[in-house]
Amino acid sequence: MAEALKHQIEAAFDEPACATNRAKDAASRRKGCSKALTPGAAAGGCAFDGAKIALQPIVDAAHLVHAPLGCEGNAWDNRGSASSGPELYRTGFTTDLTEMDIVMGQGEKKLFRAIREVIEQQAPAAVFVYATCVTALIGDDIEAVCKAAAERFETPVIPVNVPGYVGSKNLGNRMAGEVLFKHVIGTLEPQAPGLCDINLIGDFNLSGELWQVKPLLDRLGIRVLGSISGDARYRQVAMAHRARVSMLFCAHGYVNLARKLQETYGIPYFEGSFYGISDTSDALRTICRMLADRGAPADLIPRCEALIAEEEARTWATLEPYRPRIAGRRVLLYTGGHKTWSVVSALQELGMEVVGTSMRKATPDDRGRVVQIMGTEAHMFDNMAPREMFKLLREARADVLMSGARSQFVALKARVPWIDVNQEKHEPYAGYMGMVQLVKTLDRSINNPVWADLRAPAPWEV
Amino acid sequence: MARLVHPRRALSTNPLKTSAPLGAAMAYLGIAGAVPLFHGAQGCTAFAMVHLVRHFHEAIPLQTTAMNEISAILGGGEQIEAAIENLLARAKPQFIGIASTALAETRGEDIAGELRAIMERRPDFAGLAVVHAATPDFKGGLEDGWARAVEAIITALVPAQGGATVAGQVNFLPGSHLTPAEVEEIAGMIRAFGLTPIILPDISTSLDGHLAADWSGTSTGGTPLAAIRAMANSVATLAVGEAMRPAANLLAARGVPARVFGGLTGLRATDAFVTALMELSGHEPPAIIKRDRARLTDACLDAHFQIGGLRVALAAEPDLAFGLGSGLTAMGAEIVAAVTTAGQNPNAERIPADEVIIGDLGDLERAAAAAGAQLMLTHAHGRMGAERLHLPLVRAGFPIMDRLGAQDQCRVGYRGTRAFYFEIANAVLAQSHRPRPEDFGAARIDQEFEHAPDTPPAPH
Repeated sequence: MAEALKHQIEAAFDEPACATNRAKDAASRRKGCSKALTPGAAAGGCAFDGAKIALQPIVDAAHLVHAPLGCEGNAWDNRGSASSGPELYRTGFTTDLTEMDIVMGQGEKKLFRAIREVIEQQAPAAVFVYATCVTALIGDDIEAVCKAAAERFETPVIPVNVPGYVGSKNLGNRMAGEVLFKHVIGTLEPQAPGLCDINLIGDFNLSGELWQVKPLLDRLGIRVLGSISGDARYRQVAMAHRARVSMLFCAHGYVNLARKLQETYGIPYFEGSFYGISDTSDALRTICRMLADRGAPADLIPRCEALIAEEEARTWATLEPYRPRIAGRRVLLYTGGHKTWSVVSALQELGMEVVGTSMRKATPDDRGRVVQIMGTEAHMFDNMAPREMFKLLREARADVLMSGARSQFVALKARVPWIDVNQEKHEPYAGYMGMVQLVKTLDRSINNPVWADLRAPAPWEV
Repeated sequence: MARLVHPRRALSTNPLKTSAPLGAAMAYLGIAGAVPLFHGAQGCTAFAMVHLVRHFHEAIPLQTTAMNEISAILGGGEQIEAAIENLLARAKPQFIGIASTALAETRGEDIAGELRAIMERRPDFAGLAVVHAATPDFKGGLEDGWARAVEAIITALVPAQGGATVAGQVNFLPGSHLTPAEVEEIAGMIRAFGLTPIILPDISTSLDGHLAADWSGTSTGGTPLAAIRAMANSVATLAVGEAMRPAANLLAARGVPARVFGGLTGLRATDAFVTALMELSGHEPPAIIKRDRARLTDACLDAHFQIGGLRVALAAEPDLAFGLGSGLTAMGAEIVAAVTTAGQNPNAERIPADEVIIGDLGDLERAAAAAGAQLMLTHAHGRMGAERLHLPLVRAGFPIMDRLGAQDQCRVGYRGTRAFYFEIANAVLAQSHRPRPEDFGAARIDQEFEHAPDTPPAPH
């Protein structure tokens, strides 16, 4: 493996701000946190997938995949990040390497020409070039090609060297963060930097969730200067170093980036979430407090409290009619995204019962928090085999499964309602209005008369 | 014969192609108790799985040898062995179909040799059928991967000498372009003549979308392994799609005469198939087949007003593009823009258009705009281009991830063709347009005659 790539991976893994990493000894820290995958029993995306998820929401850039067809052909226009403007990010660009290209060693030349063509045809704000397994294996030097192309065509061309075989989606997230820090952030200065400018790191505006929160920020006069990378313009990423505070949505994927922004540009960060009522309020409070600490007008804090009081009261009033419809129903939660737990506390307040929750990607801190929310460790489990989960659901020990698409059919085939709460979901659940949306979805799903029909025996089984 | 055009460019915009390993996986899923296994990095499998799940709305058992940076350089034989062992323990499959990805093939790994050695040294794998198809992503598309997988299955599992033939038993090799409903339709036609088809692969019972009683870690339907072994005893092989010709030839080499049908959409194309079934069975068609033909001919009368002269932009892999394209031109439509994925399939040149671009959906969009197409016919990724050109999009092929019931689309045989013609005609009819004076260059009616001259004119 190329030295540069090896260095990049080490940098992505050696993360002083990561709690899991800190808890390790020096030797295991050097090894990084990529777990060995089990052949025949592995699931999940690769590093390329992770990097693409993280960067593709930059909507005015061209995303060019330097690889044989499978990497882009099987995956383009397949993610739910919403744009308020340009649609270029949804276009699939690839060098579609053929056998001939590989045998003749024409990868680099083809890439250079493809960059030229995409810039001439689309005039993108920037081009992100992704190298995957095959291009890394044949040794294409995409850093050099990108550098030459950027100079020649006077457009930022950013190399993203993420062969799938180096590791998981999570590693890809981190490597994307490293790429942005190294090549993009700090390359442009905002015209009018403000004291209420913030960065949002690790949110991808899936189904427009960012816009469920933006009205709140708008009312407080807070501007999203840097977005990594939901509904982001390239310039928003390039100017992220001038924000006053960073809010970090997913520490697992982007804590390295948040820490570097703090160390290099003095931007303090906090980890927060806009899922659930209490977390939304906490996040708003923290943003305002941290901004005020750094010189934003002091009235920001009382204005924020007034806004929270008003929004919370209105949200609970809106949710009240749903209480009798969902109270007493049992939820099984299976997701790596521990952000969902804040949602759980709201569901519990509405009378729902959580019968189990997965702790697959949880840190010790997370674990403590779940105990706090659930009152017990009894219902925590790590992995649950599909067959086992099917049995649990088929025996009606839960009324609804909240999970990612991977276990969708385990629930549906067991004739149990399923709510998508992962990144592929089609409904936005962020902020106060998102919580209302989620409860409406739960109600609509759990109380659908079709479940009783589906569980009834066929005429010949009676 | 169409002229095949290879655009000279390095950039592919909006791929039409889906990768070959995915096609192989789809074929393997048509075998009973199967788990397809990709030999590559885990991302290849994750992407393909998501793609298949979104199209079929089903749980898809698909696994990976999970190559890492070490096996990427030193070879992944051990990964294959470990994967089979783990699959056997967890999913209890009867059949594992391996598809190699670009990563493994770029290394030049001898996967067939590795597999042979593994099966020899592991007696505990004895009850399991394992086949391997070379399907690097850099060569061909879904259609090719599917065909390579079927060839691999025949080579590995159908005995070279058949023994006694079984009267009325017919092999049916459906191409990758056929949906589960289409496989079922064609099998139904074969059965209607009193013949017994062995379908390889049979996605009509595994990917048709059905609710089973229990959870399964393997395919929940498909061709039973015993039936595959019996294929050498059939009286004939009927293959649909030119991509299936090499597979049909493998069966011919085992003593079973083969016939390949380019496509089964359209009156004459279906007539040719029915003629073959009449010859094979020695019977007249049953009444229902005759009735279906009478209905199709009537549908042709109804739909030719909309389809005659319709300017169609078509993009699909060769077999599908040929099948649907010739079904439409038989009704007087014009294929004014045609894009396909590769030129090796003889059906690529037979797509009824002057020029066929070996390209992507970017090419389709440009060609459709330049030729003034009125309707776009391609898979769901055509949606953005169709929107930009304000064209109705009829979805055909893979993937169709933004509509339900892709597995139920049936556009072959007398019944399927009838439905297809109505579908196209209705897409045209849905573009309702009420004539206005300005359409013909006439001035609008004088404002003086309007009842309420103050109201703003109706938008148009």
